[in-house]
Amino acid sequence: MIDKKTLLASLLGASVVLPLPALAQDSSSDSDPVTLRMAYDADPVSLDIHEQLSGGILQLSHLTHDPLVRWTKDVKFEPRLATDWERIDDTTMRFTLRDGVTFHTGNDFTAKDVVWTINRLKRSADFKAIFDPIASATAIDEHTVEIKTHKPYPLVLNLATYIFPMDSEYYSGETEDGDPKDEIVKNGDSFASRNSSGTGPYEVVSRQQGVKIVFERFDNYWDKDSPGNVDRLVLTPIGENATRVSALLSGDVDFIAPVPPNDLERVRADKNVELTTMSGTRIILMQLNQKRVEAFEDPRVRKAFNYAVNQQAIADRLMKGFATPAAQLSPKGYDGYNDSLEPRYDVEKAKELMKEAGYEDGFSVSMMAPNNRYVNDAKIAQAVATMLSRINVDVDLKTLPKAQYWGEFDDRAADIMMIGWHADTEDSANLFQYLTECPDPETGAGQYNAANYCNPELDEKVAQANVETDRAKRAEMLQAVEQALYDDAAFMPLHWQDLAWAAKKNVKLEPVVNVMNFPYLGDLVVEQ
Amino acid sequence: MIAFLIKRLMHAFVVMFVISVISFAIQSNLGDPIQQMVGQSVPESQRAELREELGLNDSFLVQYGRFATNALQGDFGYSYFFNEPTTEVIQRHLPATLELVIAATLIIVVFSVPIGVYCAIRPRSALSRFFMSVSIIGISIPVFLTAIMLIQLFAIGVDFSPFPAETGWGQWLNGLLSTEGGMPSYGRGNDLTHLFGTWDSNFFSLDGLTYLVLPAVSLASIMLPLFIRLIRAEMLEVLQSEYVKFATAKGISLKRIYFVHALKNTMLPVITVGGVQLGTMVAYTILTETVFQWPGMGLMFLEAIQRSDIPLIVTYLMIVGLIFVVTNTLVDLIYGLVNPTVKLTGKPA
Repeated sequence: MIDKKTLLASLLGASVVLPLPALAQDSSSDSDPVTLRMAYDADPVSLDIHEQLSGGILQLSHLTHDPLVRWTKDVKFEPRLATDWERIDDTTMRFTLRDGVTFHTGNDFTAKDVVWTINRLKRSADFKAIFDPIASATAIDEHTVEIKTHKPYPLVLNLATYIFPMDSEYYSGETEDGDPKDEIVKNGDSFASRNSSGTGPYEVVSRQQGVKIVFERFDNYWDKDSPGNVDRLVLTPIGENATRVSALLSGDVDFIAPVPPNDLERVRADKNVELTTMSGTRIILMQLNQKRVEAFEDPRVRKAFNYAVNQQAIADRLMKGFATPAAQLSPKGYDGYNDSLEPRYDVEKAKELMKEAGYEDGFSVSMMAPNNRYVNDAKIAQAVATMLSRINVDVDLKTLPKAQYWGEFDDRAADIMMIGWHADTEDSANLFQYLTECPDPETGAGQYNAANYCNPELDEKVAQANVETDRAKRAEMLQAVEQALYDDAAFMPLHWQDLAWAAKKNVKLEPVVNVMNFPYLGDLVVEQ
Repeated sequence: MIAFLIKRLMHAFVVMFVISVISFAIQSNLGDPIQQMVGQSVPESQRAELREELGLNDSFLVQYGRFATNALQGDFGYSYFFNEPTTEVIQRHLPATLELVIAATLIIVVFSVPIGVYCAIRPRSALSRFFMSVSIIGISIPVFLTAIMLIQLFAIGVDFSPFPAETGWGQWLNGLLSTEGGMPSYGRGNDLTHLFGTWDSNFFSLDGLTYLVLPAVSLASIMLPLFIRLIRAEMLEVLQSEYVKFATAKGISLKRIYFVHALKNTMLPVITVGGVQLGTMVAYTILTETVFQWPGMGLMFLEAIQRSDIPLIVTYLMIVGLIFVVTNTLVDLIYGLVNPTVKLTGKPA
């Protein structure tokens, strides 16, 4: 208990108004405090929500902070700290902010906090890239903010899901050591990495990195309509899959994520536990390097490779139905999703195409895949290698732990490489920019395009789509790009990884999960 | 004695030097730490900047020289993940590992000595044969499997019902085979007793002890059978020796022969092996800690490898090397006390 109090005190630092005494009167007035113990595969690296753009940090952001808007289950926008928004002109978007919101320190939330946060995001190494299109943010009055973009930009709302306003007053000034409180430090100590004040449903009361974080419900949380009734959250990282599942089955924790596919059946069969799954947005694909292998320059060979791989079988058997077979990059719900594209699988056709291209006898290629990054990644690569042997392609497969894999990936060390991608902006254009655009180290385009596929015409189309603010028109353009990539067989799409969470029966997960893979725990109901 | 300690101190330096060079040499194969630190959309230019900032572009010798200079001044660098000096990170994780090793050692000592002695005194009894066959199984099953089985049996619970549940006897037999579960399966528990500094102890509360049981048993599962067999073999040999026969002929009570004369001589080699194994046990905790999410050094090390947290990996390896040197030195000292004919410096008596 002692360390908890001191931690809380140091957390709130200089602030005079301690929200603690209010705890007894409000919130869980009639029943015992509800505690949710949850286990994730990793804990957030820092309390600074701008230090890293990762799932762990975003999950934390939704606990301690609130975004301006957030994604609903069907990939639509839901107002949070912004109650309303309108496009003033092609490059300006005006947000109306919620009234009566306070930070954990007691400071009022106003437009200047939003401006401050956006400026800080533009300084963050990890967020800089996606906030690049934003030119400036201005506070019009206490509760109105205008965001201006350099060029007409259709994805301002997508970016707004990443704007979690921070308490600008709290993070201003210097620490005792003379460091600015708002500095973002990647490797080292900073004020923001140990202290936090947001508007979110939970406050951090204690944190031992790699061991556990304890959150308590914020008494003055603005969203009084939220059904959420959890007073205390305890997050423990459990990296080992089997242990995480055991912890849930034995009742040591109430909620786990992710659920390893090999244990899905075991979790589903347990009568005390409920499994929640939904289709995800992370695409898993293989890239055929045209720079390394001459044959891959021939679209017929690339198509043959696509025809040779049975995505449905991988999704059904290897992934145990825990994946959606893909024929394109954009998952359903994205503007670029083209519903006419179907996975191709036809070994005879594949053989024919190989014959046409003059590779009837096949050839040898090397392939690399990670073995601990994506769900079943190494097994998927093995399956693909086996399937390719049916068109006489001899695959030399090497699988590596992710720590080593990315170095090899950056070196484009194999002819075929596996990659999984989730668009940070939840938008198709992001997929194209990183995975299929002509690689250009100057602009960063095609940074993960290990196929070296290059089609300037398509890049031009994506660029046009990125300044098109009419959503319907833009969707049409993006879908045309998907079609062209499909016709060209620019890569081998495999599937979208499904998401899975598991919790005890009385934890009502279903209403709070979403494609972003971080359930909105502020609204979580635990039945007593 | 002093000469011996000085010699050992020099040994320690050589060992640590070699370990640091080797762990430094393999770091380029451990992956790119930058990749672990930044998000997917961070452009190459910024990665290069960060790499330069961390000094990862310098040559091996420059990097090692910098590390060694700082290390000699007690500064082993910052962990990339914890954003803290590596020595502090290890200090925080060390107590958990030590407590686990202490608990496992207690289990081993308490069980292996009586069982080993019994098996030597009554080598042909049914109970001895039972112990021997169980210990073979214990040695053969890897620690992580033991751990997972323990979790399934005692944390989750198993419902076996091969016998008819309607009948009284069937229910009773089913009950015998099934387990309730309910033991904690991960972590150190919530009710730890703070001793000093970074040391929180599991030993002083019921909650802490229940969390300690399964990990300690699985950690002990390999060493315990090994020691039972070792003690049995040594004891059997001692019981054949001349002085035991003489003592028997002299009419000294069997109890006194077994537990005063024979056991003392049996323990000599056991202490040597035990000391060396104690060091090994620190290494074994990696598996046990991973399965039980025990927040000690082993788990920390494994995660550091996954995150390419090079400074932490190097510091850990050096500290483990130090532990080996220290335990071996202690063993030699104790050996000298138990058997005064052994001279530490190796000169003839």
